[in-house]
Amino acid sequence: MTEPVLKIRNLKIALPEGADRDFAVNDVSYDLHAGEILCIVGESGSGKSMSANAAMGLLPDLVRPVGGEILFEGMDLLKLSETEMMDLRGKKIAMIFQEPMSALNPLMRVEDQIAEVFEAHGLLTPKERAARAIELLTEVGIPDPEKAARAYPFQLSGGQRQRVMIAMALALEPRMLIADEPTTALDVTTQAQILELIRNLQEKHGMAVMFITHDFGVVAEIADRVAVMQYGKIVEAGTADEVLDNPQHEYTQKLIAAIPKLAAEAGEETAGKTPILEVEGLNKTYVTGGGLLFSKPRIVHAVNDVNLTLSEGETLGIVGESGSGKSSVGRCLVRLMQPDSGTVKLAGHDMAQLSGEALREARKSIQMIFQDPYASLNPRSKVGRIIAEGPMAHGVSKQEAYARAVKLLELVDLDALAIDRYPHEFSGGQRQRIGIARALALEPRVIIADEAVSALDVSIQAQVLDLLAELKERLNLALIFITHDLRVAAQICDRIAVMQKGRVVEMGPAHAIFNNPQSDYTRTLIEAIPGREKELAAAG
Amino acid sequence: MLRFILMRLGKAAIILIAILTLNFFLIHAAPGDPAAVMAGEAGAADAKFIAQLREQFGLDKPLLTQLGIYLKGVLQFDLGFSYRQQMPVADLILDRLPATLLLTMTAFVISLVLGTLAGVLASARVGKWSDTAISTLALLFYATPLYWAALMAVLLFSVYFNWLPGFGYETVGANYTGLRRALDIGQHLILPATTLGLFFMAVYMRMTRASMLEVSQLDFVKTARAKGLKPGIIQRRHIFRNAMLPVVTLAGLQAGQLVGGAVLTETVFAWPGIGRLMFEALAQRDYNLLLGVFFVSAAMVLLFNLITDILYRFVDPRIRVA
Repeated sequence: MTEPVLKIRNLKIALPEGADRDFAVNDVSYDLHAGEILCIVGESGSGKSMSANAAMGLLPDLVRPVGGEILFEGMDLLKLSETEMMDLRGKKIAMIFQEPMSALNPLMRVEDQIAEVFEAHGLLTPKERAARAIELLTEVGIPDPEKAARAYPFQLSGGQRQRVMIAMALALEPRMLIADEPTTALDVTTQAQILELIRNLQEKHGMAVMFITHDFGVVAEIADRVAVMQYGKIVEAGTADEVLDNPQHEYTQKLIAAIPKLAAEAGEETAGKTPILEVEGLNKTYVTGGGLLFSKPRIVHAVNDVNLTLSEGETLGIVGESGSGKSSVGRCLVRLMQPDSGTVKLAGHDMAQLSGEALREARKSIQMIFQDPYASLNPRSKVGRIIAEGPMAHGVSKQEAYARAVKLLELVDLDALAIDRYPHEFSGGQRQRIGIARALALEPRVIIADEAVSALDVSIQAQVLDLLAELKERLNLALIFITHDLRVAAQICDRIAVMQKGRVVEMGPAHAIFNNPQSDYTRTLIEAIPGREKELAAAG
Repeated sequence: MLRFILMRLGKAAIILIAILTLNFFLIHAAPGDPAAVMAGEAGAADAKFIAQLREQFGLDKPLLTQLGIYLKGVLQFDLGFSYRQQMPVADLILDRLPATLLLTMTAFVISLVLGTLAGVLASARVGKWSDTAISTLALLFYATPLYWAALMAVLLFSVYFNWLPGFGYETVGANYTGLRRALDIGQHLILPATTLGLFFMAVYMRMTRASMLEVSQLDFVKTARAKGLKPGIIQRRHIFRNAMLPVVTLAGLQAGQLVGGAVLTETVFAWPGIGRLMFEALAQRDYNLLLGVFFVSAAMVLLFNLITDILYRFVDPRIRVA
């Protein structure tokens, strides 16, 4: 075998004092060869990005390597001066990041940002740089490259921005590309395209690619070899097939087991059950701009003639990509947003027409769980107050509300002592449990979970999903589960509505949607799910 | 763009009329009667003379009629007549405007340039002694009352060291011309302009420092480093340009005060500008002059708001195109 492009030996990276452990990366060694894609997999806090950042010399200020070596083409990168590193960055080693939104300078045109790569290394004339920028944009498959070159980042979609990042990384034909969660912020169909692009470019240029991800589906799509990290150590490494099909380490087994399986079971028949929520002809339009004197407003049909029914004890999934209107539907149902037209019948009452006291009363029966467990709990309120506030607003005495809060905390598997603590003392998964307890406090009949597990690591996600399923059973709740993640939808939904551009394009039992999708869009979505082919092959 | 400016100008006109009306009623609600003051000064405070003065100046008409007459005048660019100074208000203001603008613009430039520069320096040396020194100095400038700083500056630089003139616009009786006069005015300008600029200098410094530090943590700065760009280029091209956005907003606020914000400074340094004119008009119940000064300073605020918004469209493409 040829000499690896990158050889990491016994790397130790220290965390600042007061962190939850001493080393972000503890005695890690691995090789990366030309022409291969190595996936470094782990959950948040595993230290998976750290060795890559160390190789780039881009570690955060307080984090520093304290031992081992990072050998790139024979040189120890940890021993190079900043000037020598500057020469390597962009030219020999390039990097792309997770958030295409924020990774580009908002005030600079795309072509200038690409041209900068050549400028940084004193290559080409300004005119040649501009021409190369367009060639590169063409190579990464951006439609109308001339126009994109003149555009500012905010004028491009997320996928296009990530393509621009890739064009920048490819500019000087680096030997190694580091991709740090490059598709995590993208929609599933866009993710599939970007993964394919990275794969093709890697083969064409013979680059070594270090691909950092938390998603085993992505690993199945793209990896040649895999290294699994936990608490700063590599717990398992091998070829993609070895690790995915026959994981040896307990942690890897646990992670892989936690991934929701795509195979949706035939759920209970819901026909004949009493519908608790009936939505008819729901519409919501956003108008931006316009206003005083003749300027042209921009109109978006966020929700376009949506009809849904939800039976008692049923879980209905609303699935779609960003901008499909799925969250707007959820907000209209709870009347956090006023629909333009349509009826939302909750146990016979039209939520869309209620106001004042009657609306407040009706809202008790329909509660929401939000996506971001960090932003959705008031950081200045203790957990007890967060949960008891709702019932108290509806006239329950303080004593009783707090007593009930303790019971709810037990119900969501949290310690009763949590009542006197602040949200920041809890982990993401625990916070989401608090959010669930808060939603349950008003004894609702319908719960709307808007991307409720999307911000969680896969093992935590599995626990929260189990909890939701169990509570639903026990309390006979009806659940609307809004998600972009088809795997999650497959696991917990009885029926699924697929949304695109404000419309429901297909609705039916979960197993029918997955096994026999009728609309082209649904098919595209399902085919784009990372790791699907491998799973199908394994299922035989 | 043209449509945007026209729209904004239309809105500004409406706001201006509203401000004028409000000022008109506020001034008339305040105690004091210009006719009584004038009669008193003339040493003939009998009721008949006062009534005669009132009739002469139209002060005997109903308030709404007075307002109507005034607004009609303003629409024809006539700000009325100052009976105290026996001159049209517009002439009085135009006469004083250059001195004020010279003072406030100089202060504006000094505070913006030095403040931003100090902020950039401090952010580049964050945590080191120079950062601490700059930040402490800024805090001092921020907290010192303007008139006290002005008096101390006069004491130190003109009374004690005798380096700079301590009051006035130029040396009285010297009759300099041309370049010699410009230099003379420049010397007189240094102390008032610097004192006036201190507060905003401190604000710009703190804002720039905080903004630079915040922007330097953003993802695109990491992208720039990953390209292999030199730190100086990253600092200028990526961090500084983005960090300037909030500073531009603030500069717009300060620029709005170019006309009305120098009352104290002009009084301490005997600077013959609008601020002192306003102060005198207030003491003498010179309604028309006072309204005129308010009108011009309000118009200035609106004008600079508009300029800031236009400038913003140049520095931030997201606002220009969206």
